[in-house]
Amino acid sequence: MPTASPASPRVLVVMPAWNEEESVGATVRSLRAAQPGIDVLVVDDGSSDGTAAEAARAGAIVCPLPFNLGVGGAMRAGYRYAVQHGYDVVAQVDADGQHDGAYLPELIAALDSADVVVGARFAGRGDYQVGFVRGLAMRLLAAVLSRLAGTRLTDVTSGFRVINRRALHIFATHYPAEYLGDTVESLVIALRTGCTVRQVPVEMRPRAGGRASQTPVRAAIYLARAVIALGLALVRRWPTTLEHPPKEHV
Amino acid sequence: MKATLVLGLIGSLGTLVFLFEMLRRRHLREKYAVLWGTVALCSLLITIFPGILTWLADAAGVEVPSNLLFFLASLLLLLTSIQHSVELGRLEERTRTLAEETALLRLELESRGRTTGEAGPDG
Repeated sequence: MPTASPASPRVLVVMPAWNEEESVGATVRSLRAAQPGIDVLVVDDGSSDGTAAEAARAGAIVCPLPFNLGVGGAMRAGYRYAVQHGYDVVAQVDADGQHDGAYLPELIAALDSADVVVGARFAGRGDYQVGFVRGLAMRLLAAVLSRLAGTRLTDVTSGFRVINRRALHIFATHYPAEYLGDTVESLVIALRTGCTVRQVPVEMRPRAGGRASQTPVRAAIYLARAVIALGLALVRRWPTTLEHPPKEHV
Repeated sequence: MKATLVLGLIGSLGTLVFLFEMLRRRHLREKYAVLWGTVALCSLLITIFPGILTWLADAAGVEVPSNLLFFLASLLLLLTSIQHSVELGRLEERTRTLAEETALLRLELESRGRTTGEAGPDG
C-alpha cells in the first residue's frame, strides 16, 4: 500500500510536445494559472517548429530531445528528470490542451490509495464519440486491464495520468517507446511490478489542433495493434525489482 | 559441371576478397566478417569437392543435392536477418536512452548557466 504523502508533495507536470507550437504555450499558461505551486516540464520531442521557444516563454522548463522519440521516450526523459530532482508526484498532461489542469488536485488526491491514477473518459463525465471498431478496441483493452488491476478502468489509452514515487522509479527505468506502449503497456508494467492503478473520471476538452483521422482501415489497424501490444505486454518478462534504479542527485 | 565450378569459385573467392577489402578499409568489423568468411569458405569447399554436398544430401534424405544447398542458404539468411533485427532493436533502445540523457544533461547545463553563483538549479 502506498504510504501517505507529505503535506504538500512536490508535483511536476511532464508535457510531451511534438510540433505543438500553437497550443503548448496556452496549455502551459492555463496549467500554471490553475495550479501555481507545480512545476511544468515540457519535453520537446524533436519538434521542427517553435514548440520549445513557446513553452519556455510560457514559463515551462524545457527539455529538448535531439530527435523524435515518441511519447514513450519523451515521458521517460521526464520521469528521469523527476527522479533526479526528487519530485514526489509526476503528472502527464498532453500539450494539445485537451486535458484540464483543474482535475489535477483530484487526481493527485486519489494517489492516497493508488500508485498510478488515470484521468479517464467514458466514466460518466463528458460525452465522447469514437468509431465502432476503435471503440471496440478501447473497450477490449479496458476490460483486460480492469481484470488485471482489480478495479474498473474505462480509458486505458488516456494520456492524462498521475503517478507517485513508487511508480515513478519503475517508469524512469522501464517506459516503453513502442506504439501504445506509453499507455497500455506502461499500465501492465505498473500492475505487474505491484503498483495499484485507479481511475478518476474526467471530462476532456476538444483538442486544440484537430486531426483525429478516422477511417475504417485505420480503426482496424488500431484494433490489431492494440491486441498485439496488449498480448505482448502480458507475456513479456518484467523485473519485479529494479536492478539499476536511476540516482537522485541533490 | 564446369559452369557450377566457375560460378562457385567466382562467388566464394569474390566474397572472400570483398570481405578482406571491407576489413582493410575498416568498413566491417571482425565479428561480422567471421560469419561471412566461414560461409564463403564453406561454399568454396563445396565448389571444389561437390561430393560433400551429394553425401550430405544423401545422408539427409534430400533427393536433389542443390535443394539442400538452397534450404541451408535461405535458413542461414533468415537467421542472420533475425539476428540483425535483434541487434537493431538493441541499438535503437540505446540511442533512445542516449537521446534522453543528452536532453536532460543539456537542460541541466543550461539551468546551471542561468543560476551561476547560486547554490544550484535545484533545492
